[in-house]
Amino acid sequence: MATYIIRRLLYAIPILIGVNLLTFALFFMVNTPDQMARVQLGEKHVTEADIEQWKAERGYDQPLFINSEAEGMGTLTQTIFFEKSIKLLAFEFGKSDEGRSISADIKERMWPSLAVSIPTFIVGILVNICVALLVVMFRATSFEVAAMALCVMLLSISPVFYVIGGQFFFAKLWALVPISGYLPEEPWRFVLLPVIVGVIAGIGAGTRLYRTVFIEEANKDYIRTARAKGVPELTVLFRHLLPNGMIPVLTSVVVIIPSLFMGSLLVESFFGIPGLGSYTLDAINAQDFAIVRSMVFLGSVLYIIGLLLTDISYTLVDPRVKLS
Amino acid sequence: MNLVQRLSALLALSLMVSGCGDAIWNNPHPSADRDEVVLYSNFSERPKHLDPARSYSADESQFIDQVYEPPLQYHYLKRPYELEPATLTQMPELYFLDEEGNRLPEDAENPAYSVYDLTLKPGIMYQPHPSFARNDDGSFYYDFANAEESSAYRTLKDFTEMGTQELTADDYIYQIKRLADPKRLAPLRGLLSKYIVGMKEFSEEVAARRENMGSNDWLDLRELEMAGLEKVDDYRFRIKLKGVYPQFQYWLAFHFFAPVPWEVDRFYHLPGLPERNITLDWHPVGTGAFMMVENNPNSQIVLQRNPNFRDDFYPTEGMPEDQHNGLLADAGQKVPFIDRAVYRLEKEAIPIWTKFMQGYYDRSGISNDSFDQAVDMSSDGINLSDDMRSKGVHLDKATRPSTFYLGMNMLDPVVGGDSERARKLRQAIAIAYDTEEFIQIFLNGRGEPGMSPVPPGIFGHQVGEEGINPLVYDWVDGKPQRKSIEEAKRLLAEAGYPDGRDAETGEPLVLNLDITSTSSTKARLAWMQKQFNKIDLQLNIRATDYNRFKEKLETGNAQIFFFGWLADYPDPENFLFLLHGPNAQVDSKSGVNATNFKNARYDELFAQMKLLPNGPERMEVIREMIDILRTEAPWTSMFHGHDYMLNNAWVSNSKLHGISKATLKYIKIDPELRQQKQREWNKPNLVPLVLVILLLAALIFPAIMVYQRRQKQTIGE
Repeated sequence: MATYIIRRLLYAIPILIGVNLLTFALFFMVNTPDQMARVQLGEKHVTEADIEQWKAERGYDQPLFINSEAEGMGTLTQTIFFEKSIKLLAFEFGKSDEGRSISADIKERMWPSLAVSIPTFIVGILVNICVALLVVMFRATSFEVAAMALCVMLLSISPVFYVIGGQFFFAKLWALVPISGYLPEEPWRFVLLPVIVGVIAGIGAGTRLYRTVFIEEANKDYIRTARAKGVPELTVLFRHLLPNGMIPVLTSVVVIIPSLFMGSLLVESFFGIPGLGSYTLDAINAQDFAIVRSMVFLGSVLYIIGLLLTDISYTLVDPRVKLS
Repeated sequence: MNLVQRLSALLALSLMVSGCGDAIWNNPHPSADRDEVVLYSNFSERPKHLDPARSYSADESQFIDQVYEPPLQYHYLKRPYELEPATLTQMPELYFLDEEGNRLPEDAENPAYSVYDLTLKPGIMYQPHPSFARNDDGSFYYDFANAEESSAYRTLKDFTEMGTQELTADDYIYQIKRLADPKRLAPLRGLLSKYIVGMKEFSEEVAARRENMGSNDWLDLRELEMAGLEKVDDYRFRIKLKGVYPQFQYWLAFHFFAPVPWEVDRFYHLPGLPERNITLDWHPVGTGAFMMVENNPNSQIVLQRNPNFRDDFYPTEGMPEDQHNGLLADAGQKVPFIDRAVYRLEKEAIPIWTKFMQGYYDRSGISNDSFDQAVDMSSDGINLSDDMRSKGVHLDKATRPSTFYLGMNMLDPVVGGDSERARKLRQAIAIAYDTEEFIQIFLNGRGEPGMSPVPPGIFGHQVGEEGINPLVYDWVDGKPQRKSIEEAKRLLAEAGYPDGRDAETGEPLVLNLDITSTSSTKARLAWMQKQFNKIDLQLNIRATDYNRFKEKLETGNAQIFFFGWLADYPDPENFLFLLHGPNAQVDSKSGVNATNFKNARYDELFAQMKLLPNGPERMEVIREMIDILRTEAPWTSMFHGHDYMLNNAWVSNSKLHGISKATLKYIKIDPELRQQKQREWNKPNLVPLVLVILLLAALIFPAIMVYQRRQKQTIGE
């Protein structure tokens, strides 16, 4: 397995370089450093000298890919591409366009993101699996029809509606939790509502997906045999069906785990959670491309890790799977 | 007790709990705050810069203007806006010199130099800060040879040893030198270099020195001299300007001229600190009423009363209505009134409004979403709704010293230029574009049509019949009435576009509006097209991203665009310079004259107006300048925005100031009333929760029953 992991990690390098190249092209071909400087320096009393100074301080005064004035390796390393993109491969995020250390910001903002995303993820999966098993248990009954209709309804509603509805009922009308915000000293009060909203918003899609998986599994011989032996239905579901139905569940679940770190753009923005999701959104709005580039890179890395973890998890839940 | 009985008991218990007791569950503020007088507010844009040399936005000023004290400040209550000494003993003494340095009489014409002589109040102390901490031998307590030594200090809070020192003239001089330092990217460097003697040379010298330095190395600016700065003694210094620049006094009330001691600059350049975001750009240090004790732009910014703040008092004079509005109830009292101000990052309008209504934010603006809930529009203007009045909310209104306009690119071959044809086209558009309707529909009535670039409250603004733009309005029944569409069509025909078609080619005239893609809603754009359609013109919307839009303006490729300006200082020069020829954007690259308007007579009058004191002579010059602008119409369809601020019942002394943001020290909070109202308005209601639990139980219980029945089923059943 070690060989497989090493090989997969090596495959990741060209993918990450490709992602970097693509994001670099998108940002620097569309927006020149001069335009970035003007956005950051504002509207009033900005001189050409200020723009040049801003570019020089942030290394945007160098050529994009090839520095013909430099010598040796400098022709490649003294370029914007090397400084701003290749260094990301060593996780050197540098400073944002407004001058703050991106690494320091990421370290600070990852905790609120995790405080919301991990409970939402865990509770969400548990609820979805339980509801899906319940539906499977009552298969071909009017309960299943009603549950699926409810799931489709939940699935069809915009996530924004859940957020606004949750804020209206839980925070405004019933005054049970703060409507938004985050205090590191008492995070649970602020995390409760986003988690509830996140879990409810995910029930429709999650239940439908897991139900499909579990129904397929429920039709197999070993389940029929277990039932024929008189094994109680709950034991059949949780002890026999669930472990065997985990492979497709893992495919959709494990890949998400590393990305939990990145937070949610929507939830963090609406609930005022100072996590990495809102960090990315703010950077996009402020055209702070240094942050956006770093977050895109980080997202790619985490996604690749997620895929790798998914492969590894197969071997753990299904001994027949061998990584080679 | 069976399950149903248990659930009923639980429901009864929760009903008893609900509405009882004083517990508030949805309070977004920590309970520890309750012992202090705290003002709660919010911010939606992360401040980018808090360095007084660099910061240049209202979002940032609301924080740093409470911390820094420039030499002058604006009187809180008086209108029109009036300057007064802040850290000075009196207003700066201004005198003039000839080329040889001889003092000239006050009425001397074309003096070579102006000198501002500033005298500081003694005994003003800085806030406690680690940069001032010293050992017994006078050496700095915090001094690191390399980044390794400072590695234990991750944030500013890790520096526990504090010190303070007295404000001296050196600190102001040091800050002016910082303004000249190219590394600081001070927005005012270009402008001030034209006036402050030796500033340009100083910048060049600093740039040369920095060539061999690391980007985070400290350059002690005391080592370099600026010819226009002179320290007389610890409490007195002089600034020498080239020629005359009367508007300079207003800059002395801006945080650009706030003091920064060299000790602070040294501290923030200690090895390793800039890499950890411990910089002056994030942690301001001043002599103001408040000090920033937490700057987490990702979450919250907290200002706390500066224990070393000088004796400063609430104004004893104001406008006649201020007495009636209770704004002089605390006259002569020592300020500030509050202990802390907590600003929370809020990106969305709904939570901001909800928290204000729940009493968790003390003050709030009025967003379009909550407008109908907050105020009623009637014939006598905009007033609080009954709901707001019943909660004791009071409303502050003020005209923002700003002007928004529909700009015509004067370099454009169709709408621009000096020809009669283009001029009449612009005038026709000015009539057709119904600004009053725009304000009603899209601003909820929060604005007024602009008759000239000079907004209300600024010298040069005229009201009544003499103030109207006679090319767009008639004076009817004591109020301005927009000219008819027929008049606009007549002008259009005279311009060579009868019925909106080119008289020579017969082609319909299609004009282009350049906008940023996020700046306007579909409804607003459709409305704008309708305005042009009224005179048979077609309006093509060219939406693009901000950078492309700026590029179009800079290269002169925009045709019609929407733009605005918010005053830096209350002088007509700050608006009329936006149409000054040498500021034309395409020629000067960095200019603010986005329409590229050039008119020799206007420029001549601008040069006169700039130097004149407010009075009849200046007014006459401004009138002529405005007449030129009305005729040429590079700006059409102007309006001036109104600001509205809602204050909860426990907030007093609130009066909107259009220029200054350094007003937090005057605001007063009644924490007992706030707590009482918060309890009243936020009683937790548990009934719905219990109902949800009962509903779930009602679903699960039958499922269990069915499950058990199934388990007991036999093949024969």
